[in-house]
Amino acid sequence: MKLTLRVWRQKDADAKGKMVKYQLDDVDEDMSFLEMLDVLNEKLVLDDEDPISFDHDCREGICGSCAMVINGIPHGPQKNTTTCQLHMRHFKDGDTIDVEPWRARAFPVIKDLVTDRSAFDQIIQAGGYVSVNTGSAPEAHATPVDKVSADDSFDAATCIGCGACVAACPNGSSMLFTAAKVTHLGLLPQGQPERQTRAISMLAKQDELDFGGCTNVGACAEVCPKGIPLATISRLNHDVLGATLAGARSD
Amino acid sequence: MSELQQEPTSTQGEGRYTLGDPIADNRAPDSPIGDRWDDRKFSARLVNPANRRKMSVIVVGTGLAGGAAAATLGEAGYHVKSFCYQDTPRRAHSIAAQGGINAAKNYRNDGDSVHRLFYDTVKGGDFRSRESNVHRLAENSLSIIDQCVAQGVPFAREYSGLLDTRSFGGTQVSRTFYARGQTGQQLLLGAYQALERQIAAGTVEMHPRTEMLDLIVVDGRARGIVARSVLTGEIQTYLADVVVLCTGGYGNVYYLSTNAKGSNVTAAWRAHRRGALFANPCYTQIHPTCIPVSGEYQSKLTLMSESLRNDGRVWVPKERGDDRHPNDIPEDERDYYLERQYPAFGNLVPRDIASRAAKNMCDAEHGVGPGGLGVYLDFKDAIERLGRHAVEAKYGNLFEMYQRITGDDPYEVPMRIYPAIHYTMGGLWVDYDLRSTIPGLFVGGEANFSDHGANRLGASALMQGLSDGYFILPTTVADYLADAPFDEVPEDHPAVVEAVQSTQARIDKLLSANGNRTVDSFHRELGQLVWDQCGMARSKEGLEKALDRIPSLREEFWRDVKIVGTGDGFNQSLEKANRVADFMELAELMCLDALHREESCGGHFRVEHQTEDGEAARDDENFSYVAAWEWTDGGKPVLHKEDLEFSYVHPSQRSYK
Amino acid sequence: MTQHRNIVTRTWGSSVGKKSVMAVTGAIFLLYVIAHMIGNLKIFFGLTTFDNYSVHLRTLGEDIFGYGGVLWIIRTVLTVAVLLHMWAAFSLWYKAKKARPVGYQHRNPQGSYAARTMRWGGVIIALFVIWHILDLTLGVVNPLPENAGAYQKLVASFDRPVVSIFYIVAMVALSTHISHGLWSGIQTLGGNSAVRQHALKTFSITVGVVIAVGFAIIPISVMTGLVR
Repeated sequence: MKLTLRVWRQKDADAKGKMVKYQLDDVDEDMSFLEMLDVLNEKLVLDDEDPISFDHDCREGICGSCAMVINGIPHGPQKNTTTCQLHMRHFKDGDTIDVEPWRARAFPVIKDLVTDRSAFDQIIQAGGYVSVNTGSAPEAHATPVDKVSADDSFDAATCIGCGACVAACPNGSSMLFTAAKVTHLGLLPQGQPERQTRAISMLAKQDELDFGGCTNVGACAEVCPKGIPLATISRLNHDVLGATLAGARSD
Repeated sequence: MSELQQEPTSTQGEGRYTLGDPIADNRAPDSPIGDRWDDRKFSARLVNPANRRKMSVIVVGTGLAGGAAAATLGEAGYHVKSFCYQDTPRRAHSIAAQGGINAAKNYRNDGDSVHRLFYDTVKGGDFRSRESNVHRLAENSLSIIDQCVAQGVPFAREYSGLLDTRSFGGTQVSRTFYARGQTGQQLLLGAYQALERQIAAGTVEMHPRTEMLDLIVVDGRARGIVARSVLTGEIQTYLADVVVLCTGGYGNVYYLSTNAKGSNVTAAWRAHRRGALFANPCYTQIHPTCIPVSGEYQSKLTLMSESLRNDGRVWVPKERGDDRHPNDIPEDERDYYLERQYPAFGNLVPRDIASRAAKNMCDAEHGVGPGGLGVYLDFKDAIERLGRHAVEAKYGNLFEMYQRITGDDPYEVPMRIYPAIHYTMGGLWVDYDLRSTIPGLFVGGEANFSDHGANRLGASALMQGLSDGYFILPTTVADYLADAPFDEVPEDHPAVVEAVQSTQARIDKLLSANGNRTVDSFHRELGQLVWDQCGMARSKEGLEKALDRIPSLREEFWRDVKIVGTGDGFNQSLEKANRVADFMELAELMCLDALHREESCGGHFRVEHQTEDGEAARDDENFSYVAAWEWTDGGKPVLHKEDLEFSYVHPSQRSYK
Repeated sequence: MTQHRNIVTRTWGSSVGKKSVMAVTGAIFLLYVIAHMIGNLKIFFGLTTFDNYSVHLRTLGEDIFGYGGVLWIIRTVLTVAVLLHMWAAFSLWYKAKKARPVGYQHRNPQGSYAARTMRWGGVIIALFVIWHILDLTLGVVNPLPENAGAYQKLVASFDRPVVSIFYIVAMVALSTHISHGLWSGIQTLGGNSAVRQHALKTFSITVGVVIAVGFAIIPISVMTGLVR
């Protein structure tokens, strides 16, 4: 099929970017979205043009590298699907497709479609872990975990840290990301000792890092490729407010 | 390394390499196998906690091995510098492992034990691994599960609240712990979180988007790395008292594999070029149930759980080149070849046999789908027998994934599958302490060759990565650091300057070629060549053909590659070119290793060496050794043999008829 | 970071704290609005009942708070609540503006319509409340003199179709605001879960619709001559 692509091109972090139009005449419907860009890039190289830079790695929807806003929707039109798993059969011959990077102050553009998402690491550093040193662990069966909590914890833990939630949020908030980690650890007995400080500290870090505040719009959960539910955020709120009332500190 | 000793016999590679001194692991204690690791830990020297801060450790790679090692060394108080090419350590490809992680907990009371896990692993590796290492791996498996649970890894649980396990890969005990189909992700996030905690604590200095391009060896010791910032293109040197490589496998030499697009051999290969021996490069593992290639543009392959073969039936059309829709091919015109050839095991034969059988069918022009590279995996009978609902409950997520990628509905149309490379058992040679042959250079995880022999069992890769990272490296690196800190290396030391200059020269050379072909076109050609000649089945003739072609392809690459842009900024084509350049050299060593190993074992199948039934014929008399190769700067590689001794598990032949 | 801050600064200092201020103040409005609606519906019991109710509101708790005292307390609480609600909303809006300095070329907003229009809905409601106070509390823009009865003032006001339509539009905005706001408040205060979410959303929408209908039925009745 024939497609027109309009891709955000930006030479480097300081350059002013713009949408650039490309014509593709021979797109196979079995191609993945990234393979379609690979084909375009090979063509660009042979034409002496700079290929389009984009983050990608595993190409099986789990590493969280790929990140493109396709026709205004992070990761494109297919639900529960990362960009790398989106296939061209979801587009029609003659379509025009707009491709843009994640947009958020906390995720500055590095080049073209590549952004700096290290802010997510900083949120994890603020408390997204259980403080257990290697070797100090008790026997695994010492603490049973009820199956429902373990399953719910897993659901939250499937977050791939791609940042689509931030890209979709009209407030540019990273709430779903933070909430997923707080929920993952907060539902397990191993996460209890640090539950309050974790929630407070991670939220404080998120606020400090130029992410917006959550206003429960729900765009994040709609675009989340792992289907992390919006209610996860309620759990974070619950922990944060509980910790605030209890006087927990973020230190 | 010593000078060459003798020319090898003509059947083994015909003078393409020379034979060097044998090599031996001199770190494993000589005690009974169950005591060796304890004894080694006791004999390992300790470092005063107050001095650890002054000692620096470079860890390259942030997968299970690297992430765990960096975090644990940080916890111990060393000054750790951690590197990854991705934008954050959480993206390392360990994240994509699906199935699970083995541990000899025996929670099922089904007769499992450390010794049984050890036994299964040595046997599964087709008797080409080191007993001491494998036994230690089985011992550490117990602590790994404890550690991960304490970190908050949400393993699957039963209604009792206790950990669930499943059986995997043909073992008769249920010892695989799992987190739905995303075990690798959950274990990696555990290690990642531990690492981020140390970054916050200031013990680990993280360098994401920084790719190691060379190893700095000063006075015979590994003392640092040369790395390029992917963001700025700047070539920087990082110095330390010890360097640990946990940089993964080299499956991407085949271009198409289940590895991440960025997975590469560069760090390991650069270390090899600086003197580290590279062991058993021809041991690569192929997974039979992957989604086949759909066209020339294909960029990677996706694996689907092997469990599909429990209920799916594999077939091809009896008639060559039959391009009818599968549902239009009547029953008596279908060849259920696995059931025909292996009546006892049928569709459940081991990975390597299933893979090879599919290849043979496609070679005989019975393959289906684009390019005739695929076979059907049909669930029609299962759906009739069990009902659609039961099939959905078992395989729903896999069917969904298949449909997402191919657009076909496996409930209506048979799946198409084809084997793909997904793990490499070979890697840098290490001793029991995971030391390479360069003092001060340690290697962990898939990047070393140590534990899986010629074939890795399912759910053992995660176990090995974490065993190396959490438990072995922190002990053995500390032992090495007992002699540290070493003399400070000045930035203008000739060895440092030379490493930086050669790295820069290489980048300049890549950029200046300005030829007519893209990096990917070279990589695809190399991959196809290696896949054809050094993939599922290897022959003397094919390997020689590859060995003749690779040098000229490499020469063409350096002359005719085209990279747009400059080296001082974000340039993904340049990154790729750098990696492909090293794959071009590795490919040659792989083929040479495969040519010299005149036997079939595990993932290495030489068509000349098979039993009457077409099974792999091992030659324990002549090949029960690790082949560790020495780089000679473009000259003939030197082969150092490490003889393998089996005192606890006695080699036997496999049969699945 | 180790700072002993009091609960007010800790709450106000975090985005969740601000949002919880909105949730609590929103809950106050909601309770008030429900009470107000029930009061309004007394119009269907005739002039005397309605005017008596209006007087009762002022004599309620008179022996403690004086004539109209309770009403003033309510007004004060509502004023403080509205200021806090708007202040938090503005502050989050400002943070959101800063969080995305460069917008998308291709806009394709996700999330529910009600959720995305909360801010504009709030502005419409705020404008309406100002008019409403001028009209029926202060009587400045009411056709009848200040000392007229509540019933007659109300009927006179809604006899103007433009006013009635504005009122109904505002009630639709209020309904949308509550439909999302009630659920959102529960989510913010930590009461939502994946299991409850659907039920809570349905509940919120129902409350929003009931309130809109409960209010809008009055101008409709006036316009159709049901209430004279």
